Amino acid sequence: MENKNMLNIDCLNVKIEDKQILKGISLEVNKGEIHAIMGPNGSGKSTLTQAIAGREEYRITSGSITYKDMDLSGMAPEIRAREGIFAAFQYPIEIPGVNNAYFLRTALNAIRKHKGFEDIDPFEFLKLVKKEMKKIGMNEEMLKRSVNEGFSGGEKKRNEILQLSMLQPDLAVLDETDSGLDIDALKIVAEGVNRFHGPEKSIILITHYQRLLDYIKPDFVHVLANGKIIKSGGSELALELEKRGYDWLSSLSESEGDCK
Amino acid sequence: MDKKIKNKKEEERKLFDELGSSEYKYGFETDIDMETFGKGLNEDLISLISKKKEEPEFLLEWRLRAFRHWKTMEMPDWAHLKLNPIDFQDIVYYAAPKKKKELSSLDEVDDEIIDTFNRLGIPLEEQKKLSGVAVDAVFDSVSVATTFSDKLKELGVIFCSFSEAVKNHPELVKKYFGSVVPYRDNFFAALNSAVFSDGTFCYIPKGVTCPMDLSSYFRINTANIGQFERTLIIAEEGSSVNYLEGCTAPMRDENQLHAAVVELIALDDAKIKYSTVQNWYPGDKEGKGGIYNFVTKRGICKGDNSKISWTQVETGSAITWKYPSCILKGDNSVGEFYSVAVTNNYQQADTGTKMIHLGRNTKSTIISKGISGGHSNNSYRGLVRMTNNARNSRNFSQCDSLLLGDTCGAHTFPYLEIHKNNSSKVEHEATTSKIGENQLFYLQQRGLSLEDAVSMIVNGFCKEVLNELPMEFAVEAQKLLDISLEGSVG
Repeated sequence: MENKNMLNIDCLNVKIEDKQILKGISLEVNKGEIHAIMGPNGSGKSTLTQAIAGREEYRITSGSITYKDMDLSGMAPEIRAREGIFAAFQYPIEIPGVNNAYFLRTALNAIRKHKGFEDIDPFEFLKLVKKEMKKIGMNEEMLKRSVNEGFSGGEKKRNEILQLSMLQPDLAVLDETDSGLDIDALKIVAEGVNRFHGPEKSIILITHYQRLLDYIKPDFVHVLANGKIIKSGGSELALELEKRGYDWLSSLSESEGDCK
Repeated sequence: MDKKIKNKKEEERKLFDELGSSEYKYGFETDIDMETFGKGLNEDLISLISKKKEEPEFLLEWRLRAFRHWKTMEMPDWAHLKLNPIDFQDIVYYAAPKKKKELSSLDEVDDEIIDTFNRLGIPLEEQKKLSGVAVDAVFDSVSVATTFSDKLKELGVIFCSFSEAVKNHPELVKKYFGSVVPYRDNFFAALNSAVFSDGTFCYIPKGVTCPMDLSSYFRINTANIGQFERTLIIAEEGSSVNYLEGCTAPMRDENQLHAAVVELIALDDAKIKYSTVQNWYPGDKEGKGGIYNFVTKRGICKGDNSKISWTQVETGSAITWKYPSCILKGDNSVGEFYSVAVTNNYQQADTGTKMIHLGRNTKSTIISKGISGGHSNNSYRGLVRMTNNARNSRNFSQCDSLLLGDTCGAHTFPYLEIHKNNSSKVEHEATTSKIGENQLFYLQQRGLSLEDAVSMIVNGFCKEVLNELPMEFAVEAQKLLDISLEGSVG
């Protein structure tokens, strides 16, 4: 039988320096599923993104992350990326002097090489990237500019979505991709994510607010608080959170979680 | 630190070490019969060099005056450099491949030499040459071949070895030689003036835009030799020329000395663009061996509306001591200095420029990018002088340093001298930054290896300077940056 599992997080504990941030998180994401992770500031949402992407400073003290049946511990971030994990960051980084198109093509070719494909033809690439830019309302001029340098908050987020659509990963972790966007930009970004989504593509949406979920329908919603998932449910849970806030769940944060 | 992280870092370092051991591609030695004068420096040796080159009397006298002056001087110690004392009596001052017969054409150049330059990527056979570049190839103390000379001659452009210029155009040599860098200028210029053996001479006549780039390629081959070459470029009224310079040397455990002098003269409305990719052997990972590179480069914008532009990418040498400068004498003249200096392992660089504003409405731009990794030290040293006469003149300086680790150093020494001049403007900006973990991670998360991520960030950092290089040179420079920086982050 075909394995439907994309990502399996088991009792994950993560420390930054000496501070325990994630305290026993378990999460199973199957192919084609969209999971929303919601929670108040400081609950550990971004830490989860960084741990999946493989940032060294985020140390896994116990538990595991398995991706497509591969244990991710000890796997370099670039290998994770080439295997199909993509993290869209809350604050995309500026790389002065590096042409956006050049960066994107280099990344695409690194991933293609890993999969045994030849470099993409530069003209083919240009055609493709312009097509994708048009879909998300990005000016072609942005190709010539330095990566994220001087981009507005909204432009940076669109640039992340452009990378997502060009690199075609299998698992996308989108960390607060909606923050700082006006409603028009939010719609465009959500459309981009929906276009990317398919039966073989999984998405983890990390967000503080429910409004993104008006445009991207999650299969599951999880509430993260104080380093633990304190409640999981269907998309209706998001609406309830919108109505009642996070406080009504705070009593759960000490009780649930059967990991050590 | 966490054990896993530590192991990974060590692994990376090991990987870099392995890459590092093969990093200097040009470290081979050519086995060829050489005519060499014994070690040591005295007036007899200088007379011998002059005689060997069949020089006119004035040049020998000039050499001897320079030598006598040099003996009164001390080696400069103001630079931010630590170096072993140099025993000037323990250096070979002249070595030249033995000629099998008098050369009348390129076909008669020794196969070993042709082969050496082929291996360096500088084919000397004209039909194989990259179109649009003429080359003067200097091997130890002598120029061994100059390509496209005849073709250039049709336009009146003189492009030949310095020795040939002395023989065939003594009036030009006499007029301009030493006029920009007098032998009294500094310790190494005086030494060079006494013992120089060859170099390149370019003369662009009035109104001529040189139809191809001119270049010199310097190769040190013999052990214990010092290379002392002169380059003299004269651009007459309304002419323009692009000049490129490259250099390499075999890997040796001893330090070797390279002390060149370059003089540029731009007359009214003339333009000279001088680009260097310096890749002398930098020494090994422990800092053993490598070239001591003490170079005096200076151009004078003698005429009104003239322009001199220096672009350098310095990746090699154990020690670099070099300040390509512009004297802006003509009104409205322009001086530019674009520099990337990379140091890794135990390399040391103290480099920068001098912009001397003498004429009115003169403009200068300085863009310096220093990148240091390993245990290296990288200093920018620059002087901007606005004299009383230099009304309405401007300078803009930008000096950025990028650190790749915690054990390297970056230093900036700007000097400003403004002499009773209120109408001129001088701006200086300086930044120092460490390569960002966030930047590296971002690129890695998109699939780039750590090395490629470093290379991409560094290339972005240097972009303004690399953009100034001619296309082929820029590609070469980018490759060199990558090689030089292997193992610098871990």
